[in-house]
Amino acid sequence: MSSTFDTVADIIAETCDIPRDEIKPESHAINDLEIDSLDFLDIAFAIDKAFGIKLPLEQWTQEVNDGKATTDQYFVLNNLCARIDDLIVAKTA
Amino acid sequence: MRLEYFQMIDRILDIKLEEPSIRMEARVPTKSTVFEGHFPGYPLMPAVLLIETMAQTAGLLVLARIAFARLPVLAAVKSAKVRRQVSPGDTLIVEGRVLHEGSGFAIAKGTISVADKSACEAELTYRILPFPDPKVRIELQSVAAQVGLRLEALNHAG
Repeated sequence: MSSTFDTVADIIAETCDIPRDEIKPESHAINDLEIDSLDFLDIAFAIDKAFGIKLPLEQWTQEVNDGKATTDQYFVLNNLCARIDDLIVAKTA
Repeated sequence: MRLEYFQMIDRILDIKLEEPSIRMEARVPTKSTVFEGHFPGYPLMPAVLLIETMAQTAGLLVLARIAFARLPVLAAVKSAKVRRQVSPGDTLIVEGRVLHEGSGFAIAKGTISVADKSACEAELTYRILPFPDPKVRIELQSVAAQVGLRLEALNHAG
C-alpha cells in the first residue's frame, strides 16, 4: 500500500506534468513546484477522490488571508499529507 | 436561445438535485448575426457556443445545489469533443451531471445531443465564488425562473 505522500506526489506529477523525482516531501506546492490555483483544483479533485475526503481549501485560504496560518502549513507536501491523514482519520472515526 | 445575449438554454426538462443531474432543451435560432460569420453561406453553431451551452446547463445545476448562495464561474474545459455539426433550427438536449463538489469548486460533465445523437461533450470545472453584488444573484434567479427552475422548491429541499 503506497503512502499518502506517494499518492499525492503521483497525482501532482500526473496533473501538472512535473517530473516525479522533483516532488519531495519538503516541496512547497506553490513556491517550489509553481502550481497555480487552477491546477491545484485538479489536484484537490484527485486527492478528494483518491482518499474519499474533501480538502477544506476555502478554510485554509481564509486562514492564510487572515494571517492565522502560513501557506507552509498547508502547501508544503509533508504538511499537506499530514492534513490528509487527519481528514481520513476524522472520516473513519 | 438568444446567441447575441449569451442566453443559451431555453427550458428545464428535468432536474434531480439528489443525483445531481439536469436536462434542458435549447433551440438554435434559425437566424443570428453569429451565423453571418460562422460561416458565410454555411451557417453552423460555433463549437465554443456549444461548450457555453453545456457550461450554463451544468452551472445552473451547481447553482441550484447550493441554493444560489454563491456564483459558479467556468474555470476549465477538458476533454471537449464535438462529434457532429449543429445547425440553425436544431433542438438541443443538454444534460449536466455534477461529478464532484469540492471546497470552492465543482466538476461537472456536460453533453449535448441532437435527434438522439451525441453532438458534444466536455468536463467542466467551476470556481464557486461569492457574488460580487447581491443584484447578480437576483438577476440569475430571474433567469433561472424563466427557464423553469422552481426556486421555492430548492429552498424547501435545503
